[in-house]
Order: sequence, then C-alpha cells, then structure tokens
Amino acid sequence: MFNAYWSVISARYRTLLQYRAAAIAGFVTQLFWGAIKIMVMSAFFAVSTEPQPMKLVEVVSYIWLGQALLGMLPWSVDKELEAMITNGGISYELVRPLDLYSFWFCRTIALRTATTTLRSIPMLIFALLLLPLAGFDEWALAAPGGLVVTCVFLLSLVCALLLACSFTMIMHVILVWTISGDGLNRILPSFTMIFSGMVVPLPLFPDWTQGFLSLQPFRGLVDVPFRIYTGNIPALEAGPDILHQLIWSAVFIFLGRRLLASSMHRVVVQGG
Amino acid sequence: MVKYTGWFMSQILVKDLSKTFSVAQRQPGLVGAIRGLFSRVYSEVHALNNVSFTIDPGELVGYIGPNGAGKSTTIKILAGILVPTSGECLINGRTPWRQRRDHVADIGVVFGQRSQLWWDLPVIESFELLRDIYRVPPQVYRESSAELIHMMDIESVLDTPVRMLSLGQRMRCDLVASLLHRPSILFLDEPTIGLDAVSKLAVREFVRQLNQQHGVTVILTTHDMDDIEALCRRIVVIGAGTILNDGDLAGLRRKINPERRLKVEFADNPVSISMLDSGQVLTEKTVRVVGHEGNTLHLAFDPGKITTTDLIHHISSRFAVKDLFVENPPIEELIAQLYGDTRVDKVSDV
Repeated sequence: MFNAYWSVISARYRTLLQYRAAAIAGFVTQLFWGAIKIMVMSAFFAVSTEPQPMKLVEVVSYIWLGQALLGMLPWSVDKELEAMITNGGISYELVRPLDLYSFWFCRTIALRTATTTLRSIPMLIFALLLLPLAGFDEWALAAPGGLVVTCVFLLSLVCALLLACSFTMIMHVILVWTISGDGLNRILPSFTMIFSGMVVPLPLFPDWTQGFLSLQPFRGLVDVPFRIYTGNIPALEAGPDILHQLIWSAVFIFLGRRLLASSMHRVVVQGG
Repeated sequence: MVKYTGWFMSQILVKDLSKTFSVAQRQPGLVGAIRGLFSRVYSEVHALNNVSFTIDPGELVGYIGPNGAGKSTTIKILAGILVPTSGECLINGRTPWRQRRDHVADIGVVFGQRSQLWWDLPVIESFELLRDIYRVPPQVYRESSAELIHMMDIESVLDTPVRMLSLGQRMRCDLVASLLHRPSILFLDEPTIGLDAVSKLAVREFVRQLNQQHGVTVILTTHDMDDIEALCRRIVVIGAGTILNDGDLAGLRRKINPERRLKVEFADNPVSISMLDSGQVLTEKTVRVVGHEGNTLHLAFDPGKITTTDLIHHISSRFAVKDLFVENPPIEELIAQLYGDTRVDKVSDV
C-alpha cells in the first residue's frame, strides 16, 4: 500500500532531478536576488533609528534560507500534470487503483523536494561556508544555535513542506476545474510569496498588519521555520507555531480532497 | 436497479447507458466573445443514447463507429473514468464509477493515442512502477513480465527512455504495461493507430494469443477494418450514440448487404457488358456489373437469388474463362452503408 505511493514519489523525484540546467540557472538567479535583498535590508537597518523586531543578522539568515528553499514553496504546478489535464492523458491517472488525491500528493511531494534538493545544497554551502571565507561575515548565513534549535527547525521545515504540498494540491485541483490554470495559478503565487515572508520578512511589516499576518496560512511556509532557525522564535516556545502549520495543512488537504472529488464527477476527458 | 436474473453469466453488462455533455456555445467575433463573458448559451450533446449490451468472459469484441459516434465515451465509462448521465453498468459485479479503485485493479487499458509509460524513465522502470501501483506480487510480476516482454519482443528497448522509442515500440511496451497485473478485461482504444504494417500484425497476433490462450476479454475500438476482420468474431457498431448493429461479421453482411462479388477474367476476347447482360438469367435484378477493366469483369450478385455455382456455370458455359474469384464486399463498404445517414458530423469526439 505504502509502497505504491513511495514508488510514485521516487520515480517522479528521479525524473525531476534530471533538470540540472534549470537548477544551475535557478541557483544563479537566486544568488543574485539574495544579494540584492541583503543590500536593501542592510541599507534599511543602517538608516533606521528605532529598534526593529528582528536583528540584521537574523534577517540575513532569513533571506538566505528563503533563497535556498524557494523551490519548496507553492509557486508552481506540476508541468506534467498540467499537460495531462490539458491533453487528456489524465485518463491513465484515473485507471490506476490508487486514491487520486494521495497519488497526486505524492507527485507534489516529489515536485516540491526534487528541485529544492538540487538548489538548496549549493546555496547553503555558498551562504554558510563560502561567504565567511571570502570575508563577508555580515552577509553570511549564521549557523543555527544548537542541536535543539536545529531539530525544531527541521520539524517545522517538514511541516512547511506538508503545508506547501497541500496548497500546491489546491492549485492542481484548480487546474482540473479550469483546464488551463493560467488565471488563478498565476495570481496565487504572488499572494503566497508576500504572505509567507519571502519578499519581506513578516515581522518587518507594519504593526497593524501583525494580527492578520499571524493568523493567515502562508506564514507557516517561510516565516515560522526561518524564525525558529534564527532564534527569533525560541525553539522551545515554537509549539503553537508548528500547530498553526499543521492545522492549515489539514484545512488545505480537506478542501483539496472535497474539490477533487466533486470535480471528478464533472470531468470531461476530450478526444481520442 | 439492474435485475441480475439471467444476466449473471455476463462479465460486462451495460444497460441504457446515456451520456450528455453540455457545451458552451461561442458566438463568432469579438462581440460574441464579450457577450459570452456575461451570458452563455449551452447546447447539449448526446454522446450516448440508451446504449445496452452484454459481454461474456473471453469474448473479443470489436467496437466500431465513425469519429464522434461515442466509442471513446463508452470505453471511458466502462473504464471508470467518466460518470454517465444515466444508465447502469456492471463489470465483474462492480459499477466502474462507484467502485473505481477495485474496478480498475482488474482491467487493463490502452489508449492508442497516448502512452501510460513515464516519458523520461526507461521502460523497465515504468513497468516496475506499475508493479508497485497495482501491488503485483514479485513472483507473479517476474512471470508475467518475462512472458509479455518475450511475446512482444521488447527485450532490447527495456533500458531506453520512453521518449526515445518509435511509435511501434512504444505501443508494444504500452500493451505489456497494461497487462502486468493480469487483468481479466482489456480495453484497447485504437491500438493500431499510426502503426506500420509489421507492428500492426504484431499487435494483432498478441491480442489474439492473449484472448485465446489466456482467456482475457478484449474490447477493441478501431478504424482499421483489417483489425476487425482479423480479430473479432463479434462486432458492435455505434453511430451517433446508439448501437446500430451487434453481431458477427457474417450477420452484419447479411443484414446490410448480402451481395457477393465475382471477379471473372476471360481468356482472350474482351466480353462486352451488354453481351453478358443479354443472357436470360443475368438480368439486372440478380447480377450487376460493378467494374470492368481489360479482360476482367467485377460482378455483384445476391446468393439468395442465384447460387454461386449456377452463376459460374452460366458464365463458363458461354465464354472462355481464364480465372474466377469469389469474394465478400470490403467491410469498409458495409460499415459505410450502415452509418448511412446517421448524423455524426455535428457531434465532437468526446
């Protein structure tokens, strides 16, 4: 039972690992953007007179982690799935004795982890080890503060992956409904990126937005795990934040399942 | 509910199956496109209208019809992919769209126009993936994969990524992939489309063996009448969503066009059509001349009105005949006559 789904993840993961040129391009782009963001933030901290909710060193780490783990965020859909939905290859997906939602969730896990594996490791080596060697200590990714912090960070990162996959699945279901997902699925990532903290770390947003920002689902993607890493959220007090990630994952999974089930009753497989 | 009495021998039972799609009408031009944003007119397309048939275990059924007749819609409903608008369907005692997972574990499907293999992976990895997806026990997998790979002669391409295979190789691999879990029913939707002659023959031979030696029930849709003639004892013809004929090829011939063809090659003197027609027996009603080339005449006759031996005797007693050949009219002609005026052009192939 489990074996079937595991095989799907593994096969799809191996397929996606083949896109090495895309990974190199992505690495270079994200390096460039990371550098720009850090320069902007340094300038901001240099002229700021009031105490900020995050220290510059925390912001720098937050940015590098974001650049390394960008592929994990729900910013894209599975191209193969998109093609299948458009050209009718989805027929074959439906003649497999698998639960369709779980089947596609496995594909999604592979999508969110394969590209990330390729890009995050060189990025972490660069930001954690090479930058200090080159003398850019201030701009480097700081090592996590101890074993407990590392473990809680990794736990929270797994929950972020769950959240990212469950939201990517919502985007996949939208594809099934609309056939071409170009509309909603282009708008959604903009919101996801802003509200996750990927553009500007969430604590730096105005005070009056903090209430809303702490409730909305997307902070679980970036803000929660990265602030645990930097120590901005103390590891031992991270329970509620991890629970927040899990609750929103459950909501998205429930919603995705319901929408997929009802879309299957109206699915029209054209042609052939 | 379906009454089981008397049906229980059937492996596939389809009763009054209908499928209606509603299609948004688009008006031409920019104005039409803008209007379509606010109010849409839907028109209903009846892809299937009260289709009923039963299929017994081990049958090999040809399911044919013109584009848009409802072939693929039927197959997709039987495979559990589409939900019909109304009607009943029981396959191995299950309703495909209600018990999809149990149902699909026991069927194999090949859509000729698409591949079920994973595009970027070597063929063997797709097979192994399917083994895990269908939870085929290792021993069963070893046996059935070895046998199928041998039957389809694909040992040499097992390590090749699917995207690098030729269409013929890909179709052979697709057929193997659909059978690794030893399904009791195989749905083949245009399995020979686009294949060269050698691959077509290989696919036909494979399907025949599978049906005869392994008792797999096969439902085959195709536009290739040679497939039908070579494989199917039973033919279901569908047009515009309704079943036009269900029976064997001989029955279809009797029903549509009982004519036989006689090809006569005369020895040397070219026989004029009028000479042949002036005979007492060979009147317009019993024998027609359908073609004439050189010394050869193509005659069409109704064996119910004049027996083949009588006709041959009449001709050979009057003229010097070099060669004779009796044949059935090509199956394409039969089917074309059967489709007749069923309006199929307005229904899209859904």
